[in-house]
Amino acid sequence: MGTAAREKTKMRTAVDTADAVRFENAAAQVGGRTIWSDVNISVPYGQFVAVLGPNGVGKSTLIKSVLGLVALSAGSVTVLGRPAGQAGREIGYLPQRRNFDSSLRVRGIDVVSLGADGERWGVPLPFAGRYLPSRRAARERVREVIDLVGASAYAERPIGQVSGGEQQRLLIAQALVRRPRLLVLDEPLDSLDLPSQSAVAALISRICREQNVTVMLVAHDVNPILPYLDCVAYIGRGGAVCGTPDSVIQSQTLTSLYRTPIEVLKASDGRLVVVGEPEAPARHHDRHEDEQA
Amino acid sequence: MIHITFSWNLVADVRQMLMFRFMVNALRAGTIVAVLAGALGWFMVLRRQAFAGHTLAIVSFPGAAGAILIGASATVGYFAAAVAAALVIAAVPRSLGGRARSGESALIGTVQAFALAAGALFVSLYGGFLNGLTSLLFGSFLGISSSQVVALLVMAVLALAGLAAIGRPLFFASVDPDVAEARGIPVRLLSSLFLVLLGLAAAEVSQITGVLLVFALLVMPAATAQQITVRPALSLALTVLLGLATVWLGLGVAFYSIYPVGFFITTFGFAGYVLAASWQAANGRWRRASGRDATVAVAA
Ligand SMILES: Nc1ncnc2c1ncn2[C@@H]1O[C@H](COP(=O)(O)OP(=O)(O)OP(=O)(O)O)[C@@H](O)[C@H]1O
Ligand SMILES: [Mg+2]
Repeated sequence: MGTAAREKTKMRTAVDTADAVRFENAAAQVGGRTIWSDVNISVPYGQFVAVLGPNGVGKSTLIKSVLGLVALSAGSVTVLGRPAGQAGREIGYLPQRRNFDSSLRVRGIDVVSLGADGERWGVPLPFAGRYLPSRRAARERVREVIDLVGASAYAERPIGQVSGGEQQRLLIAQALVRRPRLLVLDEPLDSLDLPSQSAVAALISRICREQNVTVMLVAHDVNPILPYLDCVAYIGRGGAVCGTPDSVIQSQTLTSLYRTPIEVLKASDGRLVVVGEPEAPARHHDRHEDEQA
Repeated sequence: MIHITFSWNLVADVRQMLMFRFMVNALRAGTIVAVLAGALGWFMVLRRQAFAGHTLAIVSFPGAAGAILIGASATVGYFAAAVAAALVIAAVPRSLGGRARSGESALIGTVQAFALAAGALFVSLYGGFLNGLTSLLFGSFLGISSSQVVALLVMAVLALAGLAAIGRPLFFASVDPDVAEARGIPVRLLSSLFLVLLGLAAAEVSQITGVLLVFALLVMPAATAQQITVRPALSLALTVLLGLATVWLGLGVAFYSIYPVGFFITTFGFAGYVLAASWQAANGRWRRASGRDATVAVAA
């Protein structure tokens, strides 16, 4: 980044509100159906925030509206001080459940590099890394993020042939390669075993603290990330609650959000168990109608 | 009259071959066709759109036959059919998960079946046009004029320039469509552009090699190269080299034999693929075996 660009960023930060992401009375429709409405969520800069909720409630839709891929039907969302969709370069994104075909003959490191310059038109010049300093710097950055996520051992292998957790680390590296100010991760812990879940959670938290990146992470189970979280946002159809884990993940708050009796139990090791959460599969629409009634 | 005989002096053989104008033009055209088909085929294999590529090659047949039937030039027929088919295939959403993909292959299969039937109808309507049919299906590799080579070169340069212009975002969109879309890459548009370029290339190549050989040139070098290496730039370069080698060898051997060029080109391409795939399989097994040994050693 040039000096001028850095100055600009600084100026923008100065006029920014205190929040990296802010939803105000937001509502979203997918396929003509309102997924959620009256959502108010604030994610302060530099915080690690979990987005939680049952299947099909619209967590991925929320993430996509941060990216500007889904337009809101009401209200507004501000991302890094601008309307959603205008902060593309400064957001690192990891979509939900992305498994590469095992026959895909592309290395992990190539997928990570695409995160750096994949949208540039044209083709890379052959051997540019040898004589162009900017290309060399880009290559070093790719190596650096791969090291950061601990994926160096398998970055040269075809990405379809590494394990789900290894793919997930490479994809986090891909999301990080351009030094984003905001990282949005849609279920990055999905399909990982417990040790990998806590390792990846610790990694994300370390990135959040050390690189001062705001993180919005969609999760199914809050426990692996609970020790690291600043904030949680629980999404329901009629709104969202947002606050510290202790204040949000409790029986009263969730019961009033989902309008169905929910109990939060605390195990002796500090793990939370949410009982009665409406775990309706996305396809069972009638279940949602019941909730509303 | 010069007597064509094969000696084991390869230099003399090549010199003898190049004394014939038609062979020089065949080699020139073959070179252009191999580069064009190789580059587009590499993306086609990466995107797993071989079925679409096959259909785009096949529709040249009814396209050309129909054009001849109504008295237009076959060239117009090749291009019109391929571009129309590319646009039809591009109209189906692709990146929306599994169901759309199977929708795509059902649609492509339908287009292909209809194209073949239409081609057969046009041929029978025209009547007594068997000579033309042979050259539609099996090409006219050995009857290319110098002006045809120039026209071929211009088209190929245009198509390759188009591909180069969209190369990196197309690679991104092929490997990782969700993130590409989030980054603002027009994934759908790129997919349509690619299919149109593939259609143009298929039409271009099938005029030289015939409808049946196009697919071989699109798929074989790319599939072989992607078996051999996972480095994108290297495997693209290797694809082009393998395509060139197959075409040159095929033409050279066909020159000294009584059998058709297409057979030799396809055979060399196939042999290359089998070699690469078995090498890859053996390599994988060896690596797995040595990996297991390592595990055993650690456990011991
Ligand atoms: N392309 C689509 N067309 C119509 N409806 C859709 C589409 N995609 C998602 N939906 C619906 O939108 C709702 C929200 O989907 P979303 O993917 O945001 O849920 P989610 O909370 O991320 O669920 P999960 O936990 O399963 O990932 C669901 O009810 C789903 O059925
Ligand atoms: Mg989701």
